[in-house]
Amino acid sequence: MFSLVRKSLLALLVASALGAAGQASAETLINGAGATFPYPIYSKWFSEYAKIDRSVKFNYQSIGSGGGIKQITAGTVDFGASDKFLTDAELKAAPGKLLHIPTVMGAVVVTYNLPGVSGGLKLKSADVADIYLGKITKWNDPRIADDNPGVKLPNEAIVVVHRSDGSGTTSIFTDYLSSVSPEWSSKVGSGASVKWPAGLGGKGNEGVAGQVKNTKNTIGYVELAYAFENKLPYASLMNKSGKFVEPTIKSTSAAAAGAVKHMPADYRISLVNQPGADAYPIVGFTWLLVYEHQKDALKGKKLVEFLKWELHNGQKMAPAMLYAPLPANVVKMVDKTIATIK
Amino acid sequence: MVNSDKHRNGDALFKGIAQFFALSIIAILLLMTYRMVAESMPSIRAFGVSFISGSNWDAVQGQFAALPYLYGSVVSSLLALLLAAPLSLGCALFITELAPKRLGVAIATLVELLAAIPSVIYGLWGIMVMVPWLQSTVQPFLIEHFGFIPLFSGAPYGVSMLAAVFILMIMIIPIITSITKEVLLAVPQSQKEAALALGATRWEMIRIAVLPYGRSGMLGAVILGLGRAIGETMAVTMVIGNTPQISLSLLAPAYTMPSVIANEFAEASSKLHSAALMEIGLILLVVTLIVNSLARLLLWSVSRKLGGGAK
Repeated sequence: MFSLVRKSLLALLVASALGAAGQASAETLINGAGATFPYPIYSKWFSEYAKIDRSVKFNYQSIGSGGGIKQITAGTVDFGASDKFLTDAELKAAPGKLLHIPTVMGAVVVTYNLPGVSGGLKLKSADVADIYLGKITKWNDPRIADDNPGVKLPNEAIVVVHRSDGSGTTSIFTDYLSSVSPEWSSKVGSGASVKWPAGLGGKGNEGVAGQVKNTKNTIGYVELAYAFENKLPYASLMNKSGKFVEPTIKSTSAAAAGAVKHMPADYRISLVNQPGADAYPIVGFTWLLVYEHQKDALKGKKLVEFLKWELHNGQKMAPAMLYAPLPANVVKMVDKTIATIK
Repeated sequence: MVNSDKHRNGDALFKGIAQFFALSIIAILLLMTYRMVAESMPSIRAFGVSFISGSNWDAVQGQFAALPYLYGSVVSSLLALLLAAPLSLGCALFITELAPKRLGVAIATLVELLAAIPSVIYGLWGIMVMVPWLQSTVQPFLIEHFGFIPLFSGAPYGVSMLAAVFILMIMIIPIITSITKEVLLAVPQSQKEAALALGATRWEMIRIAVLPYGRSGMLGAVILGLGRAIGETMAVTMVIGNTPQISLSLLAPAYTMPSVIANEFAEASSKLHSAALMEIGLILLVVTLIVNSLARLLLWSVSRKLGGGAK
């Protein structure tokens, strides 16, 4: 009796060991690294895709856009991911031609803590820039008050909060400020970490949100998904067409739709302050970075298959996870780009 | 004969292995320093001495200077130490000399438990409990009553140099206390009894028999505490406000060297930016070395002046 159990156990063990070995040898492992902002949806995609194609396994390290760019340039990963597009110099440093594949879009939300004002604050883009420049210092400044008739704004100093850690969110936000304010553009500029003319630094979305929640009369900026999940109040911002627009998934997608006419073939475009009546002004793509010429033919093939799946099936999962999907006309363009990967 | 040969071989082998481990520590330190110098070379070449005398840190323009970070690190650690050292010494004295045995053991166990809490937990507590309390209660009080002193002027943001000092103080008290306690326990009973026999009060006994004997050990404890304070990253980053400025006010936000490395390294895409962060790491290493050597020098001069007792 005992020996029978033992034998069957042993047989089971051997079988499972063989099975595991068999699987391991047939499985293609594709490594990627980069941006943290799209990490939740990427890991969702990879786990869903694993159910469709069992022969491939994706491993994604969310080490930050800077790290993603470094690793794909050094060739230590099969694909990179970034919230900011590479400069010409960075592209030149790469050993092959790197393609930018936009995957989804994110938006940055201006949040605030004003006692007595629970929502519905409206801000002109130039005013946001001047608040962050430290030029508008009081909440009841006429420039803010004029856009918010009926809202009781306190005669208190504005406490400005920004991200202290280098991040794609800051990169998009400062890009927006640069595009709406020449003074911001010349004095501060845009980047993952900048020299802030005013305010306090909080670490991560949670650091900024915590600071805003705890301190009266604050203003800060966080990712759209983070603001929605934590039910933070957000401001409507005036877009290029002169309309106040609330940040939503729809108004985020509208920004890319508005940009499609002047979309460059390599997708290296900033989506802030785009034309279109419904377009929210602080929006950015996030990209996967993939070499046009794949060294490993099998890996390349599997990667292209995944990219196609992500572009059509994966997009549908985006809104539920509070990412904005690519508009249809951009999907068509990206389809052609993916076809060029060899 | 054979046996003793074996012994001799064994000894030689043991000595060799132990020596290898000892030397590997030196090798690791040297290699690390070498790599850090090599990696920070672009920044050293570009900015030279102005890197530690200037205060313009602008990643967009490619201008880097580290004085505000250096200032933040040194001031926050020293102030925390200034508050923590007497508290810890008192706590250790109470545990070893004054408390009933059971109470002493209980407190000592709790203190050691505190030392094992990860720093991110201290940070979370800091940002969720301590900072709101500082902002709503302590800082307005300080501003109202002591606002005329530059140390306590400004607006109550909560996150501040003061918050960093407090959190560091809380974090280093357990370390200093538990080491000091061990040092005090090592004071020979006979020495204490001798003092008491000469008619000393309890305080006099502590002053003439206990403290001089434990001097070097206690200084060691303080240096370890300073080491933890100056290198602490997570908790400080969460409460200091991350603003690179040099302000006299303790209520103003500041920035430290480990914090800027943690904040910016992952997204530093330009070579100069990561080199500048690497150079900050190097400065941190040098500062720690200087502090350590100064403490040793101090200890050496103290024990020479007084003689005996301290080792």
